[in-house]
Amino acid sequence: MTATEIIALLPYEVPFLFVDGIDEISELGVTGHYTFRKKAFFYEGHFKNNPVTPGVILTECMAQIGLVCLGIFLIKDELDLSRKPQIALTSHQMDFYLPVLPGQKVIVRSEKEVFRFNKLKCKVSMFNSKGDMVARGSISGMLKA
Amino acid sequence: MNKEELIAKLKPIIAPYIQDEESFKNLTEDTDFVNDLKINSANLVDIILDIEDAFDIRLENEDMEQMLDVKSAMNIVTQKLQG
Repeated sequence: MTATEIIALLPYEVPFLFVDGIDEISELGVTGHYTFRKKAFFYEGHFKNNPVTPGVILTECMAQIGLVCLGIFLIKDELDLSRKPQIALTSHQMDFYLPVLPGQKVIVRSEKEVFRFNKLKCKVSMFNSKGDMVARGSISGMLKA
Repeated sequence: MNKEELIAKLKPIIAPYIQDEESFKNLTEDTDFVNDLKINSANLVDIILDIEDAFDIRLENEDMEQMLDVKSAMNIVTQKLQG
């Protein structure tokens, strides 16, 4: 399954799609990237006259790449391509280290911890283009073909 | 392991994931994981994985599908321990 095929199966679209590309994917994990658009809707209000990417959006980006892209890859053999897979975020724990400003590119790395009985749990980290860690945590979700 | 011992061993495994404290206090064999304790599907998987570790058994998809209440969890654990 190619990166383009995985991205096409994602149930998101602009302005809530936070995956530009997948650099590496296997049964064990995934690496992907996204560049935050300077004109993204949330910068208008977060913060007043001081645009910074909200932590919930960073978490969403980490979940879309780290959990959903990987999840689609893991269930690829059961997928019926006429239907999008069913996905639900069920929990996350996240620590943030650095701000992400409009126009910045981030790289998300995710490692599979458990995938059983449709529950996928991953250790996910986000880095900026200098390689500094932006956020790190754990994300879980349920997914079904 | 008798029924009381089994329930006593299951209770602390279930405890971290329950949403309905009142139902948990009054837990019996007939307590339903989803309808009574309001446990979500992801935490139901966590309970299954914790049961595997606590009893050193391996559960399969069909066990998961049957494990809807305390009674069915007890039956499955008992079966696996004997098998």
